[in-house]
Amino acid sequence: MSETSTAPQQEPAILEEEPRERVPWWQRFVTGSSTWIGLILVGLIVVFSALEYTSFVSSSNARNIATDAAVLLVLAVGMTYVIITAGIDLSVGAVLVFSGVVAAKLMNSVGGNNWGTILIGLVASLAAGLAWGTLNGFLVAKAKIPALIVTLGTLGMALGAALLITGGVDEREVPTKLIDTIGTGRVFNQVPYLVIIAFSVAIVFGIVLAMTRFGRNTYAIGSNEEAARRAGIAVDRHLIKVYALSGVLAGLAGFMNVARFATTTIGGHNTDNLQAIAAVVIGGTSLFGGIGTVLGSVFGVFIPAVLQNGFVIIGVQPFWQQVAVGAVLIGAVYLDQLRRRSVQNR
Amino acid sequence: MAEPLLEARGIVKNFGRVHALRGANFTVNSGEVVALVGDNGAGKSTLVKTLAGVLAPDAGEILFEGRPVAIHTPLEARALGIETVYQDLALAADLDPAANLFMGREVLRGGVLGKLGFLDKREMHRRADEAFKTLGIGLQDSSAPVANMSGGQRQGVAVSRAVTWASKVVFMDEPTAALGVVQTRHVLDLIRRVREQGLSVVLISHNMPEVFEVADRIEVLRLGERVAQFKTSDTTMEAVVGAMTGAIAQEAA
Repeated sequence: MSETSTAPQQEPAILEEEPRERVPWWQRFVTGSSTWIGLILVGLIVVFSALEYTSFVSSSNARNIATDAAVLLVLAVGMTYVIITAGIDLSVGAVLVFSGVVAAKLMNSVGGNNWGTILIGLVASLAAGLAWGTLNGFLVAKAKIPALIVTLGTLGMALGAALLITGGVDEREVPTKLIDTIGTGRVFNQVPYLVIIAFSVAIVFGIVLAMTRFGRNTYAIGSNEEAARRAGIAVDRHLIKVYALSGVLAGLAGFMNVARFATTTIGGHNTDNLQAIAAVVIGGTSLFGGIGTVLGSVFGVFIPAVLQNGFVIIGVQPFWQQVAVGAVLIGAVYLDQLRRRSVQNR
Repeated sequence: MAEPLLEARGIVKNFGRVHALRGANFTVNSGEVVALVGDNGAGKSTLVKTLAGVLAPDAGEILFEGRPVAIHTPLEARALGIETVYQDLALAADLDPAANLFMGREVLRGGVLGKLGFLDKREMHRRADEAFKTLGIGLQDSSAPVANMSGGQRQGVAVSRAVTWASKVVFMDEPTAALGVVQTRHVLDLIRRVREQGLSVVLISHNMPEVFEVADRIEVLRLGERVAQFKTSDTTMEAVVGAMTGAIAQEAA
């Protein structure tokens, strides 16, 4: 800072309304967008608990919901970063499949049923995800191709490559040690490893987004890219990193997916990208960039998961879940638009 | 006369077939407020963007404290102590004023957390509040997003940012264009206070009474060239407007 503090003290000049006062934390909490979506989630849980207490409220059911949501949560964390930069990543589901295929193929060709083999598979899937993510980021930031088109293109390329590698047949051989531990194992016989991994990812990257310079630059670029550039932020490099992060997390998700199902499930991820985007947007992240939290995305992942599970338990046709999630998605975006309009009208 | 702080010579900038600057000259002396005036399309904003490193000139030379310099990026302008308040303010509307003040220059925590890139938000808020207070920018809530603020408050945040980081020159591109009477007065007071701190201010404006009120000197741009230079104390509005419209030509083209 220059010598601003030596300037003569004057009365606040551009003072328009009452004197400044920080909004208390509880008020910010109540008006925060992720708070409302969190309340909706709590409300759903309360309703399902009231309707079908014994089967809905149990540790095994909570475990089921969390396990089903784990892979999607990892995708949604990366997607949150991308959407905050006002971008989009349609390729995550395809990158997930590709990374899983690469990991499974490599583990089988290395052979063995030990941690060394598993580690090779993990590194391979992370590296595959990183490669696709970096390609996405490079094309978006440097070649200035719209993210929608870039990631639609790499979606096709990654899925096509996965089919080429496997010849279209799922790789069904996976080290049993991987399935028994990460895939289906539980810590203290209670919490599945998959859930622990997913929440660790959410916590770490939630903190990075909220508290570090990397996170701050992500918001700044999404809010006003030109201003960020003029402020000296290396916008292109940052965008590449954000897409690379989304790719790496899709790679991790691919590895978790193989561990869980003991097969590469090539055909089963065509709507993962849309599910991840829906979760992030339901969680209060703005498609226009600049606004969003990982916590919101966690809520956004669990609302569809709880709906699905709850409908099955109370005996409603589970197809209603898709209808309900669609409605929640539209409602969430409508609220975001309303908020922006009210701000712009000032 | 002392050596100028910043001098642009023969700056040319074309956008396709539009000749925005056709060999423009411009001079800023140390510790003065110089107004850059001209009709719409005279090239004022283009010239400022060239000197701020946002646009690269096609030809011409820039001297800073007598040395030829290249200002290709905003970072290079910044390194010379030049800051700009852009006409669009260049604020990230979703972030709070402190985050905007420190955009691209965040303060990190000490120790291991700082090495990991953790922000010292409390320190940034403290220093931002201090800067706003010193410059007389009244904000009700310095932790609310800039999007929730009035035009005058946004202007105040953008000006504070430039003044906080500038060590030599602050460019202000139409700083009062969007403001009401009272707020305009405050921005003009602010410009004087910035000069008192020893900085030079380049004020781009259409508003003649405003220019005559705060500027020490006036430079007139017309059709991409400097056509006149005046000392505010020994000229009249008629003379300046005459130079702007081409009725009077003082400097050979």
